[in-house]
Order: sequence, then structure tokens, then C-alpha cells
Amino acid sequence: MDDSHSFDAYQSEPAALDDIMQKIAEHKGCGTTGGSGKASCGSGAGEGDMPADIWEKVKNHPCYSEEAHHHYARMHVAVAPACNIQCNYCNRKYDCANESRPGVVSEKLTPEQAAKKVLAVASAIPQMTVLGIAGPGDPLANPGKTFRTFELISEAAPDIKLCLSTNGLALPDHVETIKRFNVDHVTITINMTDPDIGAEIYPWVFWKHKRVTGKEAAKILTDRQLQGLEMLTANGILCKVNSVMIPGINDDHLVTVNREVKSRGAFLHNIMPLISAPEHGTVFGLNGQRGPSAQELKALQDSCEGEMNMMRHCRQCRADAVGLLGEDRSAEFTTDKIMEMDVNYDLTARQAYQEKVEEERLAKVAARNAELETLAGENADLSILVAVATKGSGRINEHFGHATEFQIYELSSAGAKFVGHRRVDLYCQGGYGEEDALETVIRAINDCTAVFVAKIGHCPKDDLIKAGIDPVDQYAYEFIEQSAIAYFKDYLAKVKSGEIAHVTRGDADIRQGAFVPVNA
Amino acid sequence: MAYKIVASQCTSCSACEAECPNVAISEKNGTFVINPKKCTECIGHFDIPQCVAVCPVDNTCVIDTSYPRYQPSA
Repeated sequence: MDDSHSFDAYQSEPAALDDIMQKIAEHKGCGTTGGSGKASCGSGAGEGDMPADIWEKVKNHPCYSEEAHHHYARMHVAVAPACNIQCNYCNRKYDCANESRPGVVSEKLTPEQAAKKVLAVASAIPQMTVLGIAGPGDPLANPGKTFRTFELISEAAPDIKLCLSTNGLALPDHVETIKRFNVDHVTITINMTDPDIGAEIYPWVFWKHKRVTGKEAAKILTDRQLQGLEMLTANGILCKVNSVMIPGINDDHLVTVNREVKSRGAFLHNIMPLISAPEHGTVFGLNGQRGPSAQELKALQDSCEGEMNMMRHCRQCRADAVGLLGEDRSAEFTTDKIMEMDVNYDLTARQAYQEKVEEERLAKVAARNAELETLAGENADLSILVAVATKGSGRINEHFGHATEFQIYELSSAGAKFVGHRRVDLYCQGGYGEEDALETVIRAINDCTAVFVAKIGHCPKDDLIKAGIDPVDQYAYEFIEQSAIAYFKDYLAKVKSGEIAHVTRGDADIRQGAFVPVNA
Repeated sequence: MAYKIVASQCTSCSACEAECPNVAISEKNGTFVINPKKCTECIGHFDIPQCVAVCPVDNTCVIDTSYPRYQPSA
């Protein structure tokens, strides 16, 4: 299907901005309990923390609920290769290095191939609840392909939630269409609201048949992004805002961005670390612009947390990602493989499976709350970070040597709070550990007091202890939060009795390299 | 003259195809190509050739001097 001709069919009537401005009432996001360290709805939260209609929208959406991301999977289809802006952290020879696995190209699909792929994945992964279009360019620079894909999927698999991720330049033109296709989650990447800063991030935008550069380009982009955000929230569409943290360029400014997007009704803010290695061939990669360290990123996220819900579980995944966040199963669903698959889209089986997932989820929350009650009354000021090896389901169920990432929890007398994740090289390659890999793992979790695993060998155990990280395997296959709280209680008791001294840990690395799936 | 696309640099992103006012651009063997018979260099349509303006890779949509300059019919 020829995009240039199908475009008109999907054009929205431009809405009158004045009407929309009238409609915008106060911020509709859910209230955070910011500052207390207690989870709020974007982070660890659950039903009690937000209006029922919003909870219904996010509860099975891994990109909108940290709690859901342990249980539910998402997939992206790469149907939108064209882009209408240029970012300095992006090299278009590959997928966007900041919202995908760097230096790799997604397999481009037609809308028809994408629909088939969705059905294939939905029957193989019953916990896949969300279909997103994120590129590899900008979905709204390819409106024909994007909306045709949504159309096909909503016919074939009506239970799957649709979402898209855009740079916002074309967004105001498509809000009506987005609404018509029941796309109820939209992510806008907003890196600045100040054109002076924008000029350092965006060399050009393609606007009204011209290539516009410099501050003028950034001004157009920010105006369109904020206008689009206002229009979406006025229409009751849930909005997440992504921002790439670029130290020395927009890091301080992102606090302002956070305020601006919150005031326009954004539901969740996802501040991601800049990915910029020279080999990605991006402007930032080539001119040595560094990304933030783990501590810098967390400090910025923490400083915005009082304002609104912060997302910390984003894996900056590819435009063709498949699976739970943090796992990559795209290699199982390449075009040639799905064309041969016998697809059986069984809604009943999917629902039955998801009911089981919900049971597990409730058990997890109950176990956490019971454990939390025993922590009540503890009034220690100290907090520690711990790393967890998990395959999902909210359990400590991964072997140290098989972990490709660790999830990071902050433990305090308020409980256990998910604060991030660290990608690592596989420590076990072919069954034996390698010295270099272990050093990388230690650097990645160097700010942690302990690491929770289902199993760990003697050698890495000794090396971790030497590095000051406590390897903990006594909670194998148990729920993460419940175990972490129990561990923290013991830790506090030991510090109080003088058995151990509380040590403040150092900073840690956010890894820049490409993530290579194990079975690729 | 007409514009042509340097195949080795084309990322096959399709951005030019949708912007061409003459429908001169199509995909062929994994990259995009300009039909020189249809290309008007955007003369009479826009100030600058749309493929050049929207292409993410510099110097990929370039002038092909083997064709005579486009003459808009008066």
C-alpha cells in the first residue's frame, strides 16, 4: 500500500486549540505520595493509589506500570521507518540508539506482516497484552502504515492494547485519528522546552516542506509537542513522556520539562540515560558526549518524583522488541519464521492464562504487605540498594551466571522500591565463568549492598564478597519484594547490634554496549 | 537534470517517497530510486527538493547531471 496516497484517509481535522485549552482542567494524573519512598502509580503501585479508570488502563501495561512489567509482555512492530526530525543521539542507518538496542536495524514490516506477527506472538506469549509502534522512525511520519497496522490488529485481536511513541512534531494533526483507533497510550519524547537547549539536541526538523534548523527548529518542535500533549490529555488519552538525559546539555533543564509536562496532564515521566558510544556513529557519540552515571540518573529521577510518577523500568527497547521488558525474543519471530507459523489466536486460552498471572500477582502483593507490616515501627534513616536476578513474575528466579540484567531495589523503612535496572554481559558463557565478565557485573551493581539470586557458584560468590557485595541465595524462587524487606529487617538488626557496619556504596556504570540476546 | 539516490547510503527509510510531489520515488531491491523522467527537482512545487530536505543521510539525494535541466512548461 502506497503511504503517500493513503495518507488522506487518516488525516484528522485540526482541532481548534482554543476549545481544547478550555477543556483542560487540572492535572488528571494520579496523586503521588512523593518523597516518602512509598510507591506511586507509575512506579510500584497498585490499585489503591489511583482512580479506577486509570488503573484499568495501566494495570496490564508493562510500560506504564512497573508492577505490571514483571508479569506482562509487550511487542513493537517496525512498520514506521520514515522520520521527520534529526536528533544528535540518533544515527538513522540504525534504529534510534536511545530507544532501542544501539547499532542494530529492526526488520521492517508491512502492516499486513505486522498483523500476522502480532497474532503469532499473541498465541505464543499469552501474557503479551500491548502492541506498540515506535519506529524505527516516527510512527506519525508514516501515518498510513501506522494506522493501517492498528486497523488490522484491532480487527484480528481486539483484546490487545494499542500504543505509539512519537517525537510529537506531527502529533496535533493526528490526535483525532489516534482517538478513533482507540489508541489509549501515547508516549512523546520531550527532551527540552527551551529552544536554546533544543538547538543542541536537534540539528533540524522537516516542517511545511522545508528543512528548518537551529533554534527555530527547536521552537517549532517544542510548541508542537506541548500542543499535542495538551490535546491528548484533554481527550482522555494516557500520556507518558520520555526524556533522554544528556549531561551538561539538558540534565538540569529536565526538572523544568518535568514541571511543564505534569502541568499538561502527562501521567508518567520516563527519564532515560543517553546512549552514545562512538561506534553508533551519532553526533553525540562522535563528539564524546557522555551519558549519565547510575547515581546521576537516580538523583534526577528522585528530584522529579515529588512532582509526578517517574518510570524507572524502561529498557530503551527496539522498534521490534518482543517479550517481557528486559528479555528479547524478537529472534524467535522473524518474518520468515512467522510466515511459516500456524497461528491460532485463542482468546479464551489467553484470558485463562492471564487469570493465573493475576492470581500470582495478588499473592505477591499480599506477601509484600504482610512482610511490610513486620517492618512497621522501624525508624532507621539508612537505605540500601540491592540487585536482583529475575526472569519475571516478581520472583528471584534467575541464576547469577545467566542474568543479562539485574533489577535494582531501594530498601528503607518504607519498604522495597524498584529504582532501576542494569544490563550486564552474560557471566556464564558455555557454562564457565569469565574473569572479565564478572568485573563488568561488579561495576554495574557496585552501588548495591547485596545481590539476590536463585543460584550462584563459589568463585563469583567469593569475588562479590571481596567487592563488598553480599551474594544472597537463601530466598531462591521467592517473591522479590517480600524477600528484600525480610533481608533489610535482618540488615537493620545486624547494624543495630553492631554485628555489621553500614557502608555507603559507590557509584555504578550504566552500560553503553548493545544487548545481545542469548539465543540469537 | 534530475535527482538520484546514492544507493549505498540509502537507509531505505521511505521518508522521501511520501514527500515527492511527482510520485517519482519508489522502492527497488531494498533501496529507494528516483524515476528521472518524473523528477522535476521540485521546481514550481517547493523552494528545495523535498527528497533532499527530508533525507536523514547527507549527500544521498544528489543531482544527476546526465539529464537536462528540468524546464517547467510555460
